[in-house]
Amino acid sequence: MTLLSVSGVSKRFSRKPGILGRALDRITGESSAQTVHALTGIDIAVPRGEVLGLVGESGCGKSTLGRIVSGIYTPSDGSVTLNGKPVARMRGGNVQKLTTAVQMIHQDPFASLDPRMKVGETISEGPRLHGLWSASEAQGKVRDLLEQVGLEGAYANRLPHQFSGGQRQRIAIARALAMEPELLVLDEAVASLDVSIQAQVLNLFMELRQRLNLTALFISHDLSVVRHVCDRVAIMYLGRVVELASAADLYDAPQHPYTKALFASVPTLGTGRAAFQPIEGEIPSPLDPPPGCAFHPRCPFAGPRCRAEVPALKPAPTGVVACHLNDGGTELGKTAA
Amino acid sequence: MNAALDVRGLTTRFDTRGGMVTAVNDVSFAVEPGRIMGLVGESGSGKSVTGFSILGLIDAPGEISAGQVLVDGTDLRTLAPDALRRMRGRRVAMVFQDPMMTLNPVLRVGDQMAMAVRVHDNVSKRAAWDRARAALDTVGIPAAAERLRAYPHQLSGGMRQRVAIATALLHRPSVIIADEPTTALDVSIQGQILAEVRRLADETGTAIVWVTHDLAVVSSLADDICVMYAGRIVESGTAEQVIGAPRHPYTRGLIDSVPSLHPPGQPLPQIPGSTPQLVNLPSGCPFRPRCPRATEICATDPPLSGTDHPALCHHPLTEAPA
Amino acid sequence: MPDTLTPGGTASATPSAAPTRTRASRLRDFWSDFGRSPVALVSLAVIAVLAFVSFGAPWVTPQDPYDMANLDWMDAFLRPGTVGSGGYTHWLGTDNAGRDMLSAIFYGLRTSFVIGLSAGALALMVGITVGLTAAYFGGRTEALLMRIVDLQLSMPAILLALVLVAMLGQGVAQIILALVVAQYAYFARTTHGTATVERGKDYIEAARSTPLPTWRVLLRHLLPNVLPPLIVVATVQVAAAIALEATLSFLGVGLPLTEPSLGSLISNGFKYIHTDRTWLSIYPGLFLMVTVVAINLVGDRVRHVLDPRNQR
Repeated sequence: MTLLSVSGVSKRFSRKPGILGRALDRITGESSAQTVHALTGIDIAVPRGEVLGLVGESGCGKSTLGRIVSGIYTPSDGSVTLNGKPVARMRGGNVQKLTTAVQMIHQDPFASLDPRMKVGETISEGPRLHGLWSASEAQGKVRDLLEQVGLEGAYANRLPHQFSGGQRQRIAIARALAMEPELLVLDEAVASLDVSIQAQVLNLFMELRQRLNLTALFISHDLSVVRHVCDRVAIMYLGRVVELASAADLYDAPQHPYTKALFASVPTLGTGRAAFQPIEGEIPSPLDPPPGCAFHPRCPFAGPRCRAEVPALKPAPTGVVACHLNDGGTELGKTAA
Repeated sequence: MNAALDVRGLTTRFDTRGGMVTAVNDVSFAVEPGRIMGLVGESGSGKSVTGFSILGLIDAPGEISAGQVLVDGTDLRTLAPDALRRMRGRRVAMVFQDPMMTLNPVLRVGDQMAMAVRVHDNVSKRAAWDRARAALDTVGIPAAAERLRAYPHQLSGGMRQRVAIATALLHRPSVIIADEPTTALDVSIQGQILAEVRRLADETGTAIVWVTHDLAVVSSLADDICVMYAGRIVESGTAEQVIGAPRHPYTRGLIDSVPSLHPPGQPLPQIPGSTPQLVNLPSGCPFRPRCPRATEICATDPPLSGTDHPALCHHPLTEAPA
Repeated sequence: MPDTLTPGGTASATPSAAPTRTRASRLRDFWSDFGRSPVALVSLAVIAVLAFVSFGAPWVTPQDPYDMANLDWMDAFLRPGTVGSGGYTHWLGTDNAGRDMLSAIFYGLRTSFVIGLSAGALALMVGITVGLTAAYFGGRTEALLMRIVDLQLSMPAILLALVLVAMLGQGVAQIILALVVAQYAYFARTTHGTATVERGKDYIEAARSTPLPTWRVLLRHLLPNVLPPLIVVATVQVAAAIALEATLSFLGVGLPLTEPSLGSLISNGFKYIHTDRTWLSIYPGLFLMVTVVAINLVGDRVRHVLDPRNQR
C-alpha cells in the first residue's frame, strides 16, 4: 500500500532582480533573472513500512525533495500526497503544512534544536499544540520518549548545549516521534556525527523502525550507510532520479554509468591503498545544466543521443534506469521499439 | 631515511573557564619524505589542534607548552617569530578544510598565488605567474592559465581546494599539513583530489600529514596512520597494520562501527558512551569508561607497548610485535 | 564546535570539549567577566548611586524645588556652598527662583531616567515587532517596513524628534512618544538583522515543519534568540534618549521648567552663562554627561562580554 506518493514533482527556484536590477536589465537589454532547476519530473512511491534511500552529490536535489515531502517547500509542478492527501499548500505567499504525519530530522543537531528551550518543552510543544497530549500527561510522555531514544528521563529539564552531538540527535528523533508520524524524513541525519556515535544512532533508527513500523526517506551521501539501513535506493543526479532499485540489486549490479562510477570513486575501508577510481570532471551547475543527459559530459559511454535527448526512467534488469544504454543505445535516431 | 617532519612530545594546553585542558598530550610521530601520514580521530581528539600546533598557530588562551617540531632537522619551536614565518609556506604549508580560509575573495587566483610566490622568492611578477600556472598544472587543473584570472567564487568547491593545495605546493615544501581537506567535498570530487594527492606525494617527495575523521579515506590514501583519542596518540603503525590488525580497543571499535563491513540491516557493533570532554577526563586511560577490555589497572596511565606498531594500552588486542 | 580561524593565515584552535554549564552558572560567568573591567564596575556603581538619589529625591534632598511654597526669593543666585534661609548649605548654589540646585538636579535626573527608560522600553517593543515581522514574513512586508526604517535612520533622530514635539506639544508623554518614533528604527534594524540570520537556522525550519503556529515560532523560538544583541542596543539607546530629551528641553521645545529635567535646568542656566553664575548650567551639564557616559560604558562592557569571540 502506497503511503507517500510523489508524482511529476519539479521545483524551480528563481531569483528575480530587484528594482535596481530591473533598471539595469532595461539598459543592457538582458535579463538577470536566474532560475535553478532543483528538481525535474520526480515520480516516487513509498509503500508503508519501507525505508527509501535518496543518494546523490551536491546539487542533485535530494534535500530539496526531502523538504518538499516535509511540507517546508511546495513543488512548482506535480503533487506530493500522503495517504492520498496533499502534504502542504500555498496560502498568501507562505507555505502552509497540512499534516503532522510527516516529520523531519535535520543534519546538524547543533542547529536543529532551539538553544534557549529546554529539551522537555522542545519535545512536547508540538504534541501539546496539536492536542495529541494533554497538559497532565506531557511530562510522562516526554520521559518515555527520552528513554525510548536511549536518554535519561530527567534530561527533560536541560538545555541543548549540555548535550553532545549524538545525544542531541537522539533528542531530535524524540521530537519527531512525539508527533506520531507516519513518515520520517532524515536529511543526512548521521552525517555530522562522529564515527563511533554514528553507529549508535543508526542502531537506534533500525530498532525504532522495527518497533514502530516506520516509513522513512533516508537522505544521505554516504553509500555504506544507505546500504545498511535502506530497502530501496534512488540515485539522483542534477535534479533527476537516474536509477532506482532495491538496495541489494543496486549495490550488487548497478546499471547507470553514474551509479557505477559513484561506487567506484568512494574509498572503502579494508580494500587497501588507492583502490578507487575517481569520476572525471566537475558536477555541472544546476543554473546551467548540460543539454540531454546531465551526466553526459562525465560519462565514458556518452554518444550523440546523450547530448541531445534526456533519457527517461525505463525498467531495467534490476529496478528502473534513466540511460540511453538501457533504451536502444546512444546513437541518434535509434529508439527502442 | 631522515624524517621530513619529526614531532616529539608536543603538548598544547588551553586555559578555559572549566580549567586547564590538555588538547594535545605528549604527541610524537615522524613522517618521511613522500609518505602520507593519516592523523585520525573524532571531534575533541586533538587532531586538528595538533596540526595547528606543528605550525605554531596557537593563540591565547592556548599555549604550546612542550615538545619539539623538527622540519628537515630544524626545530620550529626554537625559531624567532620572523624565522618561523619564513619557514611557513616555504618549508611547511597548510591546507584547510575550507579553502576560502586561505583564498582572498576579492583577488584573482593568479594574483594571490603570485603574491605567495613573491613573499619568499625575489622573482618578477611574470615569473611568479608562470610558477603559479605550473603549480595548477601539477594538481591537475585543466586550463590553468584561464583559472588564474578567475576569482575564487567563480570556482567550484573542489577546484578551490585544488587551488589551495597548489598554493601550498608553490615553494615545494618538505611538509604539508592538510586539515580535513576533502570533508566538505562531494564523494566524486574527493576521489579526484585523493588520487592527485597520492600522486603528488610520490612524485614530489613532500611529506603529508592528513588530518581526518574518515577511516575509509586514510585507509585508501595513507602509508601510516596515527589514531588520536582525548589528545593522545593511542596507536600508530602502517595503514595495513592499523586497519588490518588494530591493537588498541578504540581503533578496533572505530573500524567495527563502519557499516560497510556488516550485513545490511543488522545492528552495528557500537562504542558505548560519548566522545570525552577534555575538562574532566578519567584518570589513567581516557578510553577506560567506554572500553570493553577495561580492568582496574586501566585507572593508571597505560604503557606504550611495541615499537613497530605501538599502542597505548594495558590490554592491547594483539601482543606487541617482536 | 569547529576550530576558529581568522583569515590571513593566523589560526587559533579551541578544544571542542566545552564544560557543561547551567543557566545559573552562566549568569555567574557573565558577572565575573563583567567585573574584570574596573571601569565598567565603577560606571555601574555610578548609575546605581544616581538612580538611588533621583528616584529617592523626595527623601534625600533638603527641599522640593518645585513646590513654590518652599522657595524664597531671598535665596536667589546663592553661590555653591552658601547657607541659605532654610538653614542648610546649598552645595551647588541656587537658581534665579531660589531653588536648591542639588535638589533640582536630583529631581531632574529622575525625570530624565523615567523618560529614557520608558522611551527605551517602548522603542524596544515597537522595534522588535517591526523587525521580527519584517524578517519572518519577508517579501513585500519586509521591503516596505525596512525601507521606512532605513529612511528614518538616514536622518538625524533629533530632527525627527523636534518636528514631532512641535506637532504634539510639550509634556512628558509627548516627549516619550517623540523619542519612541525617533528611536525604534535602531531596534528594528538590529532585530531584523539578527532575526534574518536566526530564521535561516534549522531549529526554525524544524518548528515550522512540525508544524507549529506562526505566533508560536515567532514568540517562543525567534524572539528569545534575537534578544541578546538588543540588550546592548537598549543600554545605548536609553543613554541616547536621555541626551535627546535634554537637547529638546534645552532648545525649549521639551519640558517646561516647572517639570524639571536636566535639559531644562541647563537651558535655564544658559541664560546666565555670560554672567559669573556659571554653576547654573555647569552642574546639571556635568550630571548629564556622567549619566550618559556611565550608561554607555556599561553597555560597551555588556557587548564585550556577550560577544562569543571574547568568551573563553
